[in-house]
Amino acid sequence: MTTIVEKHKKLERNVTLLGVAAFVAVIIGGIVEIAPLFWIDNTIEKVEGMRPYTPLEQAGRDIYIREGCYNCHSQMIRPFRDEVERYGHYSLAAESMYDHPFQWGSKRTGPDLARVGMRYSDEWQVQHLKDPRALVPESIMPGYAHLAEHDLNMGDMTATLRTLYQIGVPYSQDDIAKANDDLKAQADPSADASDLQKRYPKAQVRDFDGDPARLTEMDALVAYLQMLGTLVDVNAPAAQEALAKEKGR
Amino acid sequence: MSDHSTYEVLRHLADSWGLLLMTVIFVGLSAWPFRPGAKPLNREAATSIFKDESDV
Amino acid sequence: MVSALSRSSLWLLSLLIAVVAYALAVDTGFAIHMFIVAVACIIGLVVTLRGVDLSKAILAPDQGRYDDDPIRWGVIATVFWGMAGFLAGLVIALQLALPVLNLGLEWTAFGRLRPLHTSAVIFAFGGNALIATSFYVVQRTCRARLAFPGLARFVFWGYQLFIVLAATGYLLGITQGKEYAEPEWYVDLWLTVVWVAYLAVFVGTIVKRTEPHIYVANWFYLSFIITVAMLHIVNNLNWPVSFTGSRSYPIFAGVQGALVQWWYGHNAVGFFLTAGFLAMMYYFVPKQAERPVFSYRLSIIHFWALIFLYIWAGPHHLHYTALPDWAQTLGMVFSIMLWMPSWGGMINGLMTLNGAWDKVRTDPIIRMMVMALAFYGMSTFEGPMMSIKSVNSLSHYTDWTIGHVHSGALGWNGMITFASVYYLVPRLWNRSRLYSLRMVNWHFWLATVGIVFYASSMWVAGITQGLMWREYGADGYLVNSFVETVAALKPMYFLRAFGGFLYLTGAVIMTINVWRTILGHLREEAPMADTAFDPEKDRPVVQPAPVHAAPVAA
Repeated sequence: MTTIVEKHKKLERNVTLLGVAAFVAVIIGGIVEIAPLFWIDNTIEKVEGMRPYTPLEQAGRDIYIREGCYNCHSQMIRPFRDEVERYGHYSLAAESMYDHPFQWGSKRTGPDLARVGMRYSDEWQVQHLKDPRALVPESIMPGYAHLAEHDLNMGDMTATLRTLYQIGVPYSQDDIAKANDDLKAQADPSADASDLQKRYPKAQVRDFDGDPARLTEMDALVAYLQMLGTLVDVNAPAAQEALAKEKGR
Repeated sequence: MSDHSTYEVLRHLADSWGLLLMTVIFVGLSAWPFRPGAKPLNREAATSIFKDESDV
Repeated sequence: MVSALSRSSLWLLSLLIAVVAYALAVDTGFAIHMFIVAVACIIGLVVTLRGVDLSKAILAPDQGRYDDDPIRWGVIATVFWGMAGFLAGLVIALQLALPVLNLGLEWTAFGRLRPLHTSAVIFAFGGNALIATSFYVVQRTCRARLAFPGLARFVFWGYQLFIVLAATGYLLGITQGKEYAEPEWYVDLWLTVVWVAYLAVFVGTIVKRTEPHIYVANWFYLSFIITVAMLHIVNNLNWPVSFTGSRSYPIFAGVQGALVQWWYGHNAVGFFLTAGFLAMMYYFVPKQAERPVFSYRLSIIHFWALIFLYIWAGPHHLHYTALPDWAQTLGMVFSIMLWMPSWGGMINGLMTLNGAWDKVRTDPIIRMMVMALAFYGMSTFEGPMMSIKSVNSLSHYTDWTIGHVHSGALGWNGMITFASVYYLVPRLWNRSRLYSLRMVNWHFWLATVGIVFYASSMWVAGITQGLMWREYGADGYLVNSFVETVAALKPMYFLRAFGGFLYLTGAVIMTINVWRTILGHLREEAPMADTAFDPEKDRPVVQPAPVHAAPVAA
């Protein structure tokens, strides 16, 4: 008995032991919860239709993050009747599998955007981003008119896609090599985009910001918003099967 | 051993013996400071912050 | 030890690297940041060359005195960043009520200012308070001078550089898009370096202590430093697009990214805003009350239970999302269990005042501590309740969460920090007392009323919005469009801003009070303990001798 008391005294008086014991105490919970997600095969089912973002969509996503849109908009529809009716089918894990970082959000000062793609016209999106209260008088969203004034320059898209490839997004070497051309082609109605659309199925090719002469940040952000939630046909049998396999949904 | 069966094994472990083990360790550690021998030690530790009242 | 020459060449080398990085920068934001770093290097170089001889303080310290310089700077930084953070909070609160205040500029939109507010209050205000108090407490409880004094100064200034880079980055749109972990990869790396130095100074001081026992406050500080290091590193595993550019992508995506982020986010609350501040509680409450902590044994259980349980609770931020169900349930169960150690700690703090409750009336600093503990108790009850999935289905995504966070942040973290600052300032600057105790009283009431406005308006706003979102009419359709739920909250947003204004006003009073105390001024004022007591009067009234008509013999 005395030896145990002595040992405990040691713990209370030895900073290394105390530090190690505290570290062990805090690491258990993290390992038990996080580690399984990386090797349990049923966390994420690959669903028909999911593909990496096109360079233009990825640039738009970078702008979405830069402007801090996630502070007010979620991208995660919960399986409740009112949310499904308001925003669409509830979100699948697979739909954010290429999201570095995820943008599920934690607050809905504005509505959820997980399936906002194609719900409004490009003109509406552009107008609304420029002056939200012109279209929705009660809105409290800041205006983003400057997006339409800035030429799109989110850096070398080849470098961006290569970085994403290195951390696990399955871009092909072709995708990476053509990234800067793809970026321009997607917002250029006169360009031949058949190759782009073959590599990125369901990619929407058109001028998004109403100014075909320029490629602006508005083009990229609207392209991103218009594709959100449009890739996966959630009612297709394959998607439903994947859903059934997702634990506990 | 496939990933899936590892998952099942761990899942069962977490539901049974793992849970019991953690509870026992937790209760044991919680009771530990209340052992009779610790009383003077704790009193000494609690009052140690008043030894330096000069505080320079 | 480093000589002045090698130190200045170190500064020169850093300057050179910053200038090269500036020249090669692939985006404007990174260039501006490297410019800031270069300016910091020049300041360091000039200070070194001007012969401001730190070596006296560092090489031949008077071991008979505590090393309080970094603590004095830390207290000033705490007050300064507190003001900045509260002001930013008031601005974004007003932006939600009056969107025109976004000014139509990219740098002042809510989406960029909100991270500025959260980082300023959590990391700048809270972080400086934690570093300063931990350096103070660890020296006193170990009865030893700070280990590595040069490193301690590096920790302070390095941390300020981290804050400046993070804050300017948000305004420029440099963010990795993860709440409370917005700084980009190079700022994260810098913070890691500073944090390791912090750990070295803290542990080094404990190692050279003269007290045999490590006081429990140091346990909390130690676990806070270690755990925050772990959380910070894992949640910021990013791959930069270019080593001379600001943008990077986290290696975790989707579900895994979400769980890692909220494992980090929740334990930033658990270890940064709880364990660290509990350490302040375990030292400053007993010291101010002049009584040892109620139960030292309870504090040991409090410590182990808190740190073990907290780490599991993260998934309650992801209820009903695409996170696997078992993880959500685990998060909920542990969140509810967390209620017990939290209240154990609150009771331990409050009961420390047992037998000294009269001080709540006479000592506004004690009153702040009691209010801090009361808010700690309230928010650690509300938190587990909100982690129950059915409650969360209503509260999540609404302002209820914002109200909950602020009752903890303004009530618990703010109040205990203010109380500690008021305790520290006269002692650090060797003043007989604070400039004004009555101003502390004013601060207390302004802050308390401000929190009441804030928490109640956000509570109403959250429940209103949650209920309106799910309201169905008799026809079976949703009653409210989204924007109708936004419009309904407008009065609540004004009330919240008013609460924030009161809280900020209280902080302004603190700033004046601290400033005047440092200058050595004493305000002439009636003492707070003005309930007069005259022992002469503390007696029963003695009735004059009964003059009953003595039965006259009739």
